Amino acid sequence: MALTRDVVETETRSYVTGLRCRLCRATYPEQPVAICEECFGPLEVEYDYEALARVVSRERIVARPPTMWRYWELLPLTAPPRVGIETGYTPLIPAPRLGEALGLKNLYIKNDGVCHPTLSFKDRVVAISLSKACEFGFETVGCASTGNLANSVAANAARAGLRAYIFIPETLEQAKILGTQIYGARVIAVRGTYDDVNRLCSEIVYTLNWGLVNVNLRPFYSEGSKTVGFEIAEQLGWRAPDAVVVPMAGGSLLTKIHKAFAELQRLGLIPPARPRLFGAQARGCNPIVAAVKEGREEIRPVKPQTIAHSLAIGDPADGYFAARAIRQSGGWAEDATDAEILAGIRLLAETEGIFTETAGGVTVAVARKLAEQGYLSPEETVVLAITGNGLKTMDALATAPPISIAPKITELERVLRDFSEGGSHS
Amino acid sequence: MSVTVRIPQPLRRFTENRDVIELSAGTVGEALEQLERQYPGIAERLRESDGQLRRFVNIYVDGEDIRFLNGLATELRDGMEVSIIPAIAGGGAL
Repeated sequence: MALTRDVVETETRSYVTGLRCRLCRATYPEQPVAICEECFGPLEVEYDYEALARVVSRERIVARPPTMWRYWELLPLTAPPRVGIETGYTPLIPAPRLGEALGLKNLYIKNDGVCHPTLSFKDRVVAISLSKACEFGFETVGCASTGNLANSVAANAARAGLRAYIFIPETLEQAKILGTQIYGARVIAVRGTYDDVNRLCSEIVYTLNWGLVNVNLRPFYSEGSKTVGFEIAEQLGWRAPDAVVVPMAGGSLLTKIHKAFAELQRLGLIPPARPRLFGAQARGCNPIVAAVKEGREEIRPVKPQTIAHSLAIGDPADGYFAARAIRQSGGWAEDATDAEILAGIRLLAETEGIFTETAGGVTVAVARKLAEQGYLSPEETVVLAITGNGLKTMDALATAPPISIAPKITELERVLRDFSEGGSHS
Repeated sequence: MSVTVRIPQPLRRFTENRDVIELSAGTVGEALEQLERQYPGIAERLRESDGQLRRFVNIYVDGEDIRFLNGLATELRDGMEVSIIPAIAGGGAL
């Protein structure tokens, strides 16, 4: 522990003490394994918080470049990051016009739709897990993906010179397939749902010496999501918001944002607070929402049927923990129909100039419901986690063709009269 | 009914490293009991003391999650494949 301030600034050292089973508490050394041998429970990275409390401070964090790595002590690397060096620190945007529409006066958007390099929050978890893959010596990496993760693994693996195999459900949007193949990744479409893909991948890691980011590298991968929470708190001026609305697929992002606020409090970086976590799912794939609403611990899997493909995980791996985090934090969960999702996408675009993907539409639609139902109060500081970019899911949206005119000012004037009569032009 | 049971890697230390076991059982629950008879100790890795499947163990019959079927009472026919797959999860708050 004899570290001087200067040493820590120039070389990464790890504050990880090992892996621990979330269920039976069995401990393991740091290794590319995600499940407990004893009970199959999920393994979680553990840190030496006493040592962390001595070295981490606001001043040191803010002096670093604006990327997710400004919080590196709270991430599980033992060597400097090799992948995704520029990732993270996306804008936290005040959203007064959307807030007015929803009846929320202190509303913010955490916009990971502009994350580097592939425009979704998955760039964070891939940055950490592929850096970790390099540490473990994997030459082939991959993932099971609903799309955004596929794009990110493919792009980041290309830059790192790693071979990538990407397993997707064959129903995926064309834009996400193209946005994966372009990086030279080997894309394998599996006949079945995301859950079938995930199941195949869970067998692959026992057969092939590959680092699958959301399978055997999952304990490290999921820690990357904490940086969303760290950044929200820092960008609010070192405080937790009153509430965060988070889209849920596997449920990991919500649990890790919850963990991020808890860690910042534990290390004295933000004042004590009790941020409420709110989970958002599509009506056509809402196993976590259903568990929260019915007050049961067990997650009953569903067969997904929704336009929000990036949230279409019918058997969410972290569903149990996400539901628990929601309950413990005093939050709630809601779902949105496909029509409400599309309306949510449009509302965010028209009020704040942010074009989000279908998952973002879910988040906006659910925030509207939560505000209407009184779960979110008008004066509270509320953050919506927007996790992906609308340019990737354009197939979900049908738009009317634009008005066509001859290049004459008289024609334009006629159109402008029509607009004002229709009341849609302001 | 003669069925095959696919054993995940973490359980193969119980099955002399075999990944596929042939056995005879009428339901998924019976298949697990058969497994335990052949490979003592394996069942307690899969089931809680009350007999329920552990939270992070999933079982599939011909590719379908038994939670969409009849759970441990799901009936088996000749030639069906039972897969035991650990669910994968990433953890949670402090």
